[in-house]
Amino acid sequence: MAEFKAPNTDAEFEQNFAQIKPLMTDNQAYFESSRCLFCYDAPCVNACPTGIDIPLFIKQIHSKNTLGAAQTIYNSNVFGYACGKVCPTEVLCEGACVYNHQDVPAIEIGRLQTFATDKAIRSNKTLFQLAPSNGRKAAVIGAGPAGIAFACEMRIAGFDVEIFEAKEKPSGLTVYGVAPYKITNKEALDEMDYLQKQFGFTVHYSHPVTTERDIQHLESEFEVIFLGIGLGRTSELGIPGEDKDGVQGAVEFVETLRMGHHQISVPKKVIVLGGGNTAMDAASESARMGAEHVILAYRRSKEDMGAYEFEYDLAKGVGVQGLFNAAPVEITGNGKVTGVKFIRTHVVNGKVETIAGSEFTEEADWVIKATGQAKRTDFLSLISGLERDSKGCIKVNPDTFQTTNPKYYAAGDAVSGGQEVVNAVANGKKAAKAVMNYK
Amino acid sequence: MANLFTNFAGIKSPNPFWLASAPPTNSGYQIMKAFDTGWGGAVWKTLGVPVVNVSSRYGSVNYRDTRMMGFNNIELITDRPLADNLREIEEVKKRFPDHAVIASLMVESRAEWHQIVKDAENAGSDGIELNFGCPHGMCERGMGSAVGQEPKILKMIVEWVMEVATIPVIVKLTPNISDITRPALAAKEGGANAVSLINTIQSIVGVDIDNFVPYPIVDGKSTNGGYCGPAVKPIALNMTKNVAQHPGVQLPISGIGGVETWRDAVEFMLLGASNVQVCTAVMHYGFGIIREMKRGLEDYMDQKGFATIDEMVGKALPNVMHWEDLNLKYKVVADINEDKCIGCQLCYTACEDGAHQAIGLSSDPLNRTPFIIEENCVGCNLCSLVCPVENCITMKRKDDQTQHLTWKERTAANNVPTTFNDPLAGGLHHWVPEPMDAFKTKTPKHYKG
Repeated sequence: MAEFKAPNTDAEFEQNFAQIKPLMTDNQAYFESSRCLFCYDAPCVNACPTGIDIPLFIKQIHSKNTLGAAQTIYNSNVFGYACGKVCPTEVLCEGACVYNHQDVPAIEIGRLQTFATDKAIRSNKTLFQLAPSNGRKAAVIGAGPAGIAFACEMRIAGFDVEIFEAKEKPSGLTVYGVAPYKITNKEALDEMDYLQKQFGFTVHYSHPVTTERDIQHLESEFEVIFLGIGLGRTSELGIPGEDKDGVQGAVEFVETLRMGHHQISVPKKVIVLGGGNTAMDAASESARMGAEHVILAYRRSKEDMGAYEFEYDLAKGVGVQGLFNAAPVEITGNGKVTGVKFIRTHVVNGKVETIAGSEFTEEADWVIKATGQAKRTDFLSLISGLERDSKGCIKVNPDTFQTTNPKYYAAGDAVSGGQEVVNAVANGKKAAKAVMNYK
Repeated sequence: MANLFTNFAGIKSPNPFWLASAPPTNSGYQIMKAFDTGWGGAVWKTLGVPVVNVSSRYGSVNYRDTRMMGFNNIELITDRPLADNLREIEEVKKRFPDHAVIASLMVESRAEWHQIVKDAENAGSDGIELNFGCPHGMCERGMGSAVGQEPKILKMIVEWVMEVATIPVIVKLTPNISDITRPALAAKEGGANAVSLINTIQSIVGVDIDNFVPYPIVDGKSTNGGYCGPAVKPIALNMTKNVAQHPGVQLPISGIGGVETWRDAVEFMLLGASNVQVCTAVMHYGFGIIREMKRGLEDYMDQKGFATIDEMVGKALPNVMHWEDLNLKYKVVADINEDKCIGCQLCYTACEDGAHQAIGLSSDPLNRTPFIIEENCVGCNLCSLVCPVENCITMKRKDDQTQHLTWKERTAANNVPTTFNDPLAGGLHHWVPEPMDAFKTKTPKHYKG
């Protein structure tokens, strides 16, 4: 293994984390856009949670109305640039492209989308007309995809919007949680700047909303409150040894990687626990940071993994080794991690069962847990009348995204339990539309 | 094994692929290179009193990712001294005695025509082509298409040429005229040995929409040019057919206009051309494209059992009728191959908005394969033409193949609509939705902003 040397400089980091969907050149965009068939009731549009009129924007790129193309994209999705880069397009728009039925490569919709929106961002052109202020005020908790999408839509209608963000930067997981080879920090933040300038919402950074007093204050100041709070820290596994030095959550690992990769030195042997997309990311990232031996361990079979196939392929492509039907029972070591003790599993009637006497240990210097994030139940319980479902997700009306407390609307991972950026954007926007229709 | 050798009105060449009189035949250097690559003949860039050209000279129509689907130029005839051209003709003929070198000529007075015809012959040309086609610049000076558009003048100049010519004379016709057979007849009457067509079509290929000036731009201004390239082939094929079918003309035809592959050449030949001339394709891809053309033509002839080019010339002409002679009883309807369909639904929207509302969509959103509503289908072909999948939509014959009735026969039998609301109107047998149904038809939600 060790395809990647541990990066010591920004240039080496960027090389190890080269963008998998790099920006297209004008020529690439011209030729790629020429291939679109302009389908009727195009399946790509229907596959997009935000319903972007994809054939239209591709035709606009081809007729060299690139800012018009960006307008088409942003009309449906204010995270147009970010989604072009981080969306799992293989299973959304590009997966729906009719060319797939003809064994012809699907149109690279994601890259065309970033091509057009990049031109708009760099032109600094104002694309949106905001209604005059209607004197009504909305608060948003969390400057992630759901919150920003909600804010933009509310600003168009003339609401004053203030966003309260616990962290220092906007865009939520786009900048803190997505793998660095999907989008760079600068790309994510440039789009946020562009939106902020156009839509004129206020963001209070490093301003967590945590206490009952905070909530009372917001409720008295604002007519509507939107919860775009996402999820909390990585959940506990509940196995012995979890407190050892070198055990960490995937979400926390990615965040450190994105905010300060210089502070991270990934050791030789890493075991990633989990079978979702975050596990794939964490495994890929460990390898790209110079780990020599990365094991991706999942308690069920390969086929049962929640991760998209292309995400697993991406991890395999950088040398990650899969270990399936193996459940962790203990993290071993003396203060510091030395390995993970697994037990073999099989599935009986849909339930995972361990096989007695099949324990074995894999050596590790680090263990990354990608086994789900906790819900922010402590905070949510401070809001009166706000119901949660059995998994701890906020209950909403599926059409309006209004919560059981009518003053509150919510969308994003806090509602879905963990979906794509594009779903959060789509639902944040729907919530805003519903506020305007609410009598 | 097919023999590509051709004898065109007495001009012999190893194959029927000639370079048309144009920039690729500007010099002996280029023609030597072309013959060495495999071209059978070349019509020299038009000789006459040398001109002064402008910069820039060419414009292009690009379609999607295809460059130069159409092409135009505002370049004039040769800008090189006659003596240089004649010396190079001699040199080429010495090196390539079996290849055809044709001198294209354009001058004004009878004396000039006599002199230049003799000069071209003395240099060793195998034939002469009279340029009566150039639709820009030269026509303003009373030459080129100005001659080609006046059959009387055309005939007179051909007669001048025939007074002295001892080698075959081809008249190159302009398409910038409503009936191409009139100048063709005039050429015949003047004594010409052959015709070639088409020359370029008067055109503007596009406009610089920022500076409000058409292409090509000469110091902020422009002028109309001559249009050629793949886009003009349908016009050239039709004119070739018109000349070939005219009983009064009966001259060998050299087909010109958008020839790029062997298929294009075969099409011209099936409609009556004995050889073809090529320019734009060479300006785009160089002389090397002859490799594809020669091999393709040979393979086609072998496959069809044609030993010589002459055996295939005009083979499609008996199948080109007047509209009134077509069988009104013939009936085809579209058929969609569900296994091949990729669900783009272009056929649906094309038929729905651009034809006869004869294609429907499934009410199941997961089933994207459209279906043909046979009783509405008029057999227009549109769906099969827009379908991006080869052989997915085909037209299936539905009549019993026993009846034959033409418009001409119906007219003779007094069985045609003659009044505005005649019950014999063809459309009365075809269902048309009510206007207000337009608002009941479901359209994609993203169609209206």
